[in-house]
Amino acid sequence: MTQFLAPILTLTGLGLLFALVLTFASKKFALVQDPRIREVMEKLPGANCGSCGMAGCARFAEALAKGEAALDNCKVCSEEAASEIAGILGFELSLSEKKAVSLRCHGGKKAGDKFIYQGLKDCQAAAQLLGGQKLCSYACLGFANCQRACPFGAIRMSAEGLPVIDIELCTGCGKCVQACPRDLLVLIPRRGKVYVGCSSRDPAKVVARVCEVGCIVCKKCEQACPVEAIKVVENLAVIDYDKCTSCGECIKACPRKIIFGRK
Amino acid sequence: MDLSLFLSIIIGNIFINNFILFKFLGLCPFIGVSKKTGPALSMGVAVIFVMTLSSIITWCIYHFLLLPFNIEFLRTISFILVIASSVQLAEMVILKTNPTLYRVLGVYLPLITTNCAVLGVTVLNVNMFFKGGYAPSASFLYTVLQGFCAGLGFLLAMLLMSGIRERLQLQDAPESLKGIPAAFIIASLMSLAFMGFSGFKF
Repeated sequence: MTQFLAPILTLTGLGLLFALVLTFASKKFALVQDPRIREVMEKLPGANCGSCGMAGCARFAEALAKGEAALDNCKVCSEEAASEIAGILGFELSLSEKKAVSLRCHGGKKAGDKFIYQGLKDCQAAAQLLGGQKLCSYACLGFANCQRACPFGAIRMSAEGLPVIDIELCTGCGKCVQACPRDLLVLIPRRGKVYVGCSSRDPAKVVARVCEVGCIVCKKCEQACPVEAIKVVENLAVIDYDKCTSCGECIKACPRKIIFGRK
Repeated sequence: MDLSLFLSIIIGNIFINNFILFKFLGLCPFIGVSKKTGPALSMGVAVIFVMTLSSIITWCIYHFLLLPFNIEFLRTISFILVIASSVQLAEMVILKTNPTLYRVLGVYLPLITTNCAVLGVTVLNVNMFFKGGYAPSASFLYTVLQGFCAGLGFLLAMLLMSGIRERLQLQDAPESLKGIPAAFIIASLMSLAFMGFSGFKF
């Protein structure tokens, strides 16, 4: 009798125990979550394709609800679903901002080389070899992966070996953002007419050694800004586009001339 | 407690009896998640976590439940049950206590709950450290160590593979070999290379 009962009881017992523990835990550890996230999640395609740049639809829904992501980042979502999501989150679909890309490095020839690179003419390949041929580990490598990725011909390479963005042709699709191994291209709202042309998080001492035009953390832009929209965070000037009025004071103040205006 | 056994568990599980490249367990994540180094690293860390956790729990189940009642034949099914639910539980706890870690492990945790490599390491633990139906001294320690080191070996293989595949993508390979076929060839070459380790038996 025992040899018959023991396995049945053990397995049922185990199952029951874990069922209870899990039920208890799901109550106890239930996240106080924005209820809209779940609703948005249901309307999203749920394919977890990652084209929005987030880890899956769930993360995208979370970012949407927090206002960290724009709805048009999702390229798969149907217009119908998009307008429903906009309804849930309480904003008009047409308000979703148009963005255009900007380059966060203007080193080019002014950023020194570590060694002579003779490999594949491809940024990804160059970045894999000893972290790229540039002295600055944030510098543009200049092998035009972004130019090749751009479906609209909005990027061409300058004589310096830096990508130049034609903002009128840029649609803000973000293909170049994904193509850049250094993460140097950023999507900035079109109303932002000012951007910082450097991405180095190195301290000023290092920047001064490796590049003639890197941000040296002097904070002059911070002082010049009348609306406190520009802040130096982790050794780099960062613009808050919710506050920025595109007045251009920081452009004048920057001693390294790496804050630029655009159309 | 035997220091040489400790050492042989560590080296054995990471290099000689590497779970992917020697035992051929857990091949789906090895091919599926090894395209880029970032996700491969997260996956590896998640596997280390799950393997260690399930080694601990299954040792307890085997020692305190299955052995006393003479129902070792329930090993596989009860291990799967226990592993799946404990990982679920761990996932909930992590989500609540450490959202950043949760985002790193993210989708990989539920993916590997019933992975063959995880079940493999627990079954192997039981086979190795319960000789003749009783637990020798320090058997629990060996079990935990083996779970952890098997995970480390997994991580090592994943990192090597993803590094190679990242570079492979840039090469001018024949059209028919691009992507997965090349990955299979690379995997077999890596496996051959790892077989070389069994030359030095510890």
